[in-house]
Amino acid sequence: MATAPRAAAAPSYAKKFACAGELEQYRQALIERTDPAAPRILVCCGTGCKAVGSLDLLEAMKGAVSAAGAQVRVMPEIKRTGCHGFCSRGPLMSFQPENLFYQRVQPADAEEIVRETILGGKRVQKFLYTPPGSKEPIATVDEIPFFAKQTKLVLKRVGRIDPFDINDALVHGAYKGLVKALTEMTPAQVIEEIKTSRLRGRGGGGFPAGVKWESCAKQPGRHYIICNGDEGDPGAFMDASVMEGDPHAVIEGMAIAAYAIGSDRGFFYVRFEYPLAVQTLTRAIRQAEEMGLIGENVLGTRFTFKVSISTGAGAFVCGESSALMSSLEGKVGRPRPKYIRSTERGFRDSPSNLNNVETYANVPEIILRGGAWYTGIGTERSTGTKVFSLTGNVHNVGLVEVPMGSSLREIVYGIGGGIPNRKELKAVQTGGPSGGCIPIPKKFLDINVGFGRLAEIGSMMGSGGMIVMDENTCMVEVSRYFISFLVGESCGQCAPCREGLTRMKEILTRITRGEGRPGDVELLEEIGTFTNSFSLCGLGTSSANPVLSTIRYFREEYDAHIRDKKCPSGVCKPLFYYEIDPATCTGCGLCRVKCPAKAIAGEKKKPHTIHQDLCIKCMECYKNCKFTSIRIM
Amino acid sequence: MPEAQAICQEPEVDFTVLDRIIFDDYGGNREAMIMMMQAIQRQYRFLPEPALQYISQAIGIPLTKIYEVATFYASFSLVPKGRHIMHVCTGTACHLKGSGGLVQHVAARMGLDGGGTTPDLKFTLETVNCLGACAVSPVVVLDDRYYPKANVGQLNRLIEQIDTE
Repeated sequence: MATAPRAAAAPSYAKKFACAGELEQYRQALIERTDPAAPRILVCCGTGCKAVGSLDLLEAMKGAVSAAGAQVRVMPEIKRTGCHGFCSRGPLMSFQPENLFYQRVQPADAEEIVRETILGGKRVQKFLYTPPGSKEPIATVDEIPFFAKQTKLVLKRVGRIDPFDINDALVHGAYKGLVKALTEMTPAQVIEEIKTSRLRGRGGGGFPAGVKWESCAKQPGRHYIICNGDEGDPGAFMDASVMEGDPHAVIEGMAIAAYAIGSDRGFFYVRFEYPLAVQTLTRAIRQAEEMGLIGENVLGTRFTFKVSISTGAGAFVCGESSALMSSLEGKVGRPRPKYIRSTERGFRDSPSNLNNVETYANVPEIILRGGAWYTGIGTERSTGTKVFSLTGNVHNVGLVEVPMGSSLREIVYGIGGGIPNRKELKAVQTGGPSGGCIPIPKKFLDINVGFGRLAEIGSMMGSGGMIVMDENTCMVEVSRYFISFLVGESCGQCAPCREGLTRMKEILTRITRGEGRPGDVELLEEIGTFTNSFSLCGLGTSSANPVLSTIRYFREEYDAHIRDKKCPSGVCKPLFYYEIDPATCTGCGLCRVKCPAKAIAGEKKKPHTIHQDLCIKCMECYKNCKFTSIRIM
Repeated sequence: MPEAQAICQEPEVDFTVLDRIIFDDYGGNREAMIMMMQAIQRQYRFLPEPALQYISQAIGIPLTKIYEVATFYASFSLVPKGRHIMHVCTGTACHLKGSGGLVQHVAARMGLDGGGTTPDLKFTLETVNCLGACAVSPVVVLDDRYYPKANVGQLNRLIEQIDTE
């Protein structure tokens, strides 16, 4: 068989689409030239995989395929995509149409893959995913529990399309929702549909989006649409992945909101730590403008919507809506009291609708398939799906989308694959720095994750960071960590947050140093309750949650630190030391080699010992010992 | 140390570059001030005072307001940074995997108090809240290169390389 051409030339568009019909014609032409059976290789270039060298892998694959040249019967298309989600196994790639999944691929492996898989049609065992505790590798994406147990709605195109190519997004259905809204619905009907869906804001607050849109639309004057991409919660990267992997879904959602509310101007506010998201969005906005999908007179209608991007400058508080708007105006980001809602007077003192990235990304599908369809997913009070970034001490770290109301057991064990190194699960932290720690073995493994339920047990949904903590996590130290993060990020204008957090940090630091005093816990509770009650903004009023929730569920750890001067988890350095158990130490010498402080000595095959004065308690020996002979004392 | 002195001096601020940033890229728009300052910081690795005075004149914002913005946001620096910049991620996932210890270790080795720049302007240690690469935590970025799953031994080798320069 002769070498087949890669694909027919892309249909051209000379100018902006003058009407929805032209766009649909163009989309149809794109779909017709795409052969679903044609081989495609999707290389994940999300932030996680990029950190482990996936861009080099992409180039190596392109090089290896073109080097194989004429031997390849049908040239595969090698596509750079957004995050596939399974970050702990990166760099990742998948082969379409058979959906074969390769993980931990290095650039040097490209030649072998071309030789074996593309030319030879064989699956290379070492690149296949093998679940922890099993010896059977799994070949395709659909069979891997991490993927199979998810419901992808927001992430449906993330990792499937090339985020830099609007044509690819159009083939996969982008802007269909906008077309439907513009051609078949009035703005009021759009708002009604969103209200029917009971979509709640995904940024943390959980305010019903439809209600917000309606109250904003009612206000007189020029309206603004703002997308909050200032994902400041450490350990959360859901919004980044959506912006990087499917920017058009967010732009389309914003355009639909603008049409519903009667706005002609939109802003993205993205943190500067996400350069890839800024790059992807910039390109996507330009391409959408060139096609007339945003900009003046969208698709020949009277609807005009211009979008631009602003970047943050590193302030957590700018994730708060009024602070964000102030930062967007080029000022310092300080929240203001909310007796006037920003839907009435927000950015430039005009009615402004601010939603989170994930909220907007939900909108096109709701418009397309109807609000009633959306309520069929999730629970009564929390409809739809939620994207979580599952991180910490869990096998499968990555991006996870599940229906609201899924149990923690399903997420941590079903999708996450459980806890590595035979450790016990201790807690799950949700909601970012102002969220709470949910103790697991005790009672909450089967709670359903939704807005209401998490708040009841003293945590919150937040934007979707989910951090799994094993038995080697000290809850006092975690609480000190979050409070110290918040001290650095507090904008400082109101006393309860500024002073309360600082005092709590002082006390917690004392406790973790072994200088805790009786009554410290009660004092923390008092200050924490006060801070949560009287701070100005949403961040302040939830800032004591890490302290209050850890005291509520892990009081015994505070007592161990204060009364016994012990850190049972082996984290607070002054409160523990390592010792080698001579009964189980085989004298393999691994700890001696790994110790960066040269604090371990011992003869081969004889129990080793740790020199306590040299030990820097870096945990290297503890982590590396194969016989669990290193004990925390 | 003649070399260090040369770097310590205020850099020559090129006002045509500032004009390009302020007027060509951002149309002299006051609301874009943060982004102008970011562009200037990319140029000089910090915010030189003459540049801030120039923005103040150019877009009519008092220098005190600019100072307020420059000190409020974590990404801005009013003092020069080192030639090598190390970012240690202290996001929650990295923290759980021991990034706090890495910061302490590097700071102690370089004689810095938790972070900052060495007096010879060779090296700057900074922490970042989250880089979104939680799967390979703890993450250290040295001069824009990622070091996933960093450990003390590896950082020692990186520092030794910088030391021998």
